This record gives sequence, structure tokens and C-alpha cells, in this order.
Amino acid sequence: MAKKEKKIEYLKNGKRPDGRKVDDIRGIKIEAGVLEKAQGSAYLEWGQNKILAGVFGPREALPKHTQNPLRAFVKFNYRMATFSVPDRKNPRPARREIEISKVSSEALESSIFLERFPNTSIDVFVEIFDSNAGSRVAALTAAAVALTDAGVPMRDLVSGCSFGKVDGNMMVDLTKEEEDADDAVDIPIAILPKTEEIVLLQMDGLLKKKEWDEAIELGIKGCKEVYRFQKEALRKAYLGAEKESAKEGAKDSAKEAKKSTKDEAKGSDI
Amino acid sequence: MGSGNDILLKLRGDTAAEQIKLGKRLDARKFDEYRQIEITNDISKNADGSAKVKIGNTEVIAGIKMILGEPYPDSPDKGTIAVGSELLPLASPDFEVGPPREAAIELARVVDRGIRESKCIDFKDLCIREGEKVWIVFIDFYVTNNDGNLFDTAALACISSLLQTKIPKVEDDVIVKGEYTKSLKIARKPIMCTFAKVANKIVLDPSLFEEKAMTTRFSIATTEDEYFSAFQKGGNGTFTVKEIDYTLETAMKKAKEIRKKL
Repeated sequence: MAKKEKKIEYLKNGKRPDGRKVDDIRGIKIEAGVLEKAQGSAYLEWGQNKILAGVFGPREALPKHTQNPLRAFVKFNYRMATFSVPDRKNPRPARREIEISKVSSEALESSIFLERFPNTSIDVFVEIFDSNAGSRVAALTAAAVALTDAGVPMRDLVSGCSFGKVDGNMMVDLTKEEEDADDAVDIPIAILPKTEEIVLLQMDGLLKKKEWDEAIELGIKGCKEVYRFQKEALRKAYLGAEKESAKEGAKDSAKEAKKSTKDEAKGSDI
Repeated sequence: MGSGNDILLKLRGDTAAEQIKLGKRLDARKFDEYRQIEITNDISKNADGSAKVKIGNTEVIAGIKMILGEPYPDSPDKGTIAVGSELLPLASPDFEVGPPREAAIELARVVDRGIRESKCIDFKDLCIREGEKVWIVFIDFYVTNNDGNLFDTAALACISSLLQTKIPKVEDDVIVKGEYTKSLKIARKPIMCTFAKVANKIVLDPSLFEEKAMTTRFSIATTEDEYFSAFQKGGNGTFTVKEIDYTLETAMKKAKEIRKKL
């Protein structure tokens, strides 16, 4: 195998290889309520990442011994399709996927009113069909929209983004190419956007405190940008649908009733 | 849920939280104080490097095996490391026999990142013949008693074992058992520091009771040249940016004291 073919210029005249500035995130497209059978769902495209999220629950937690009489728990399943990475991924859940699922469950739990649903689990299934860096924060972002679509009561959405260091520069939402820089540091973060509380935070690479201080603002700003896309998607799915059905008259009243209960559960912010 | 042990732990956790609310800890430590740390090196003759580490009553035994393997196609001139963890059932009534579950996997992966990303081992040093033969450093640790803060105890046991590790002699691509050439070169000593948020306050090196009462935790690996090499937040509580700042500064200071013990 050849070594690196040529030296990539990661930041030239303030522009990154794909033309973004250091504080620009890649393009995001989110659609809520895309699956028929799931209680709540979302489809998300973020750069090259393509992700489907489906939610079931709160439903009786099984096996029974996992039930907690004081609260619900979130079971997050982060899975990558075999063809979603350059080499074929072994379909067996990898240790990486298990760890990501664990920290993502915990991140979502920090937003959900778990104590309202004792003995239940809230099952979140996220499938990655194409990927290019940042898939865990993208998965979490999609899951938060799907949870809202399912009407699960939450304190806030959960918005994720990654940031880090590439060739000495701090920037937001790294691509795979940028993550491959020799000194690259990747920091996935997720927050409750209204209070900026941190619900997920990981890092690997060599990072100085000064660099952290410089970069954390970029990370929070990135999450808030993601939040805008999440809200927009929900607005489109619910407010858009309501407008249309008002025009057409109450053709499908059952469906509308379902939508409005979902709206109530979502809270007033969205 | 519901066993006597769980209830007792929950009550002790509640007491730990009440104390922390009052600015105290059950074992009279300061909020940023470690329990006593004890390192015993070379506890296994068959291992290429080994150590037993105790932080308070939490105990982890780690050992290294250097194995010959093939390099990954995208890094033909580099060896690698692999960290494995076992939460032994003898270490806690909460641990069960069987393949590692998510807690053990997270623990191993965070310890792995702290070591790997610190670049304390130059993977090129592990190359024997480019594209053909490299060393794979298997770092396996066993938790033998869980009294809280497995992350820091395991990380310390692993770096301590690496510092004892000798490279086996190789003849015709076969390891000569019991004979060694030189010590494995370790350029940095990454140290992990873990904080727990209990009763809305942040304490270093949580005990098991404090872990029962914590809403969230944050682990930070640092190096002597003042780099962070890994972060991991766990638990379903939250941190503010200000709180993270405090943990980053404290971890850097505390790691310096621990590093002297190696």
C-alpha cells in the first residue's frame, strides 16, 4: 500500500477542502415521521451520513428483571449497515457500536421524563446506511427527532455535533478526510440546546487546554445549528400537515387526532 | 432489582449524597482527593509485564502479552495494541459470568483510548518486517474488587504493566519463551482521572457508594506534557461547560501526583 499520496491543505485562505469555514457544519436534511410501523421516526442526511431512526415505547421492559419500578430506561441501538463503510462491516455488533449505544442511551435519558413511565423501556433503533465521520452525533440527533415524533415527553431536544483539531486548526463537524490528519482530534458532543447542558462528551487525540477553550464554543454553536434543523423538521411534519388538512377538510380525522396528541406531548417550544 | 444488596447500596448512596451536600464525604476525603493508591509491579511471571493496582479497596490486575501478528493493510509499518477487560464475578455481586457486557466494553475502550491516543507507544516501534510481521500488545485487565472508580484503577494498572513490559526474543518468526531482548519503549505516562457528580457537586475518585448516588461521571486521561488524550462522559446526568473546565484543570494537577508513583 502507498503512503499518503500528497499533503492535503486542510485550511487554505480560511476554507476547508470542501469549501466550508471552520465554524460551518455540513448540510443537514431531516424528515420526521417517515416510518409507518414505528411509533416515532426520523430520516436524516448529514453530509454523506444517511440515517434512519425508529422509536418504540415507552413499552413494558422485557425481560422482566430489567424493569425499574421507579423509572423508564432508554435502550439505544446504534447499528451500521455492512455496506455503510469503505470495507464491508461485519454484521455482528462491534464493541464500538455497543459503546456508542451506551453513551447515546444515557444522553437521551438526561432529557426524557423517565419517572413518568415506571417499568418500561423506550427502544430507539438507529441504522446507518452511509457514513462519513460524525455518525454517532448524527444518530443521536435523528433519534431525538424520532422520540419527539413518538410523543415521548422530554425537557428539550438533544442536539449533537462533533468538533476538534485538524492540522493545528480548531473546527466543527470533521469529515473522514479531516479526521485522518496526523494530529486530528475528534470530540463528539451533545447538549440540551436550551440550557447548553452537556449530555454526551467524548474525545480522543492529543489536545491542550487552550485548544479546548478555543474549540468548545464552536462545538456548542454547531449543536445549536443542528437544533435549528431539528425544530424545522418537526415544524414541517406537524404544522405543515395541519395546514394541509385544514385546507382539505377533516378527511382523515383519526390521523389528525393522533398528530395533535403528539403535538401536545412535544411541548410548546417546537 | 430488589435484592438486599441493592437496597443497602442505595441507602449508603443516599447517605453519601447527604454528606456531599454538607461538603463532606463518607470517608472524610476532600472533594478533590484520591483514596490511597498502591501499585505492585510484576505480579505474574508468565506475563511480559504486569501490575496490581489498588485505589482504596478497588483492585485491578493487569498483564501484557506480546503476540506476533500481521499489520493492518492501511498501516503496514505499524503494530498495535488491544485492551481487554473482565469484570470478574468475584469482584462484586453485580458482576456475572459471561462475555463482556456494555459496561466492561466501555471501560476497556476508554482505557484503550487513553493509552493509544497519548502516543505513549510508537506503533512503528512494534514493526518487525513491514507488511508482514508486527507486534500486537495485548493489554488485559481483570477487576478483582469493585469499590468504585474502575476507570482510573484499570488505566493505572495498564500503564504500570506497560512500563514493566519486556519484548520477547524472536527467532525465525517464532517467540522464544522466557527470553527477552529489551524493554518496550513507553514515551509518555497517561493517567486517567474520573469525577462524579453527586448531589450537584463534583467529587474526584468516586467510591462505590458515591457511584450509586451519582447522576453522571467524567473521565479524563492526561499526559506529563499537559495534553488530554481521552475524555468520556457517562451516566444520564448533565455537566455545564464550567464544570467540565473545573474537571479538566483538576485532572491535570492530580495526574501529576499519581504519575510520581509509577
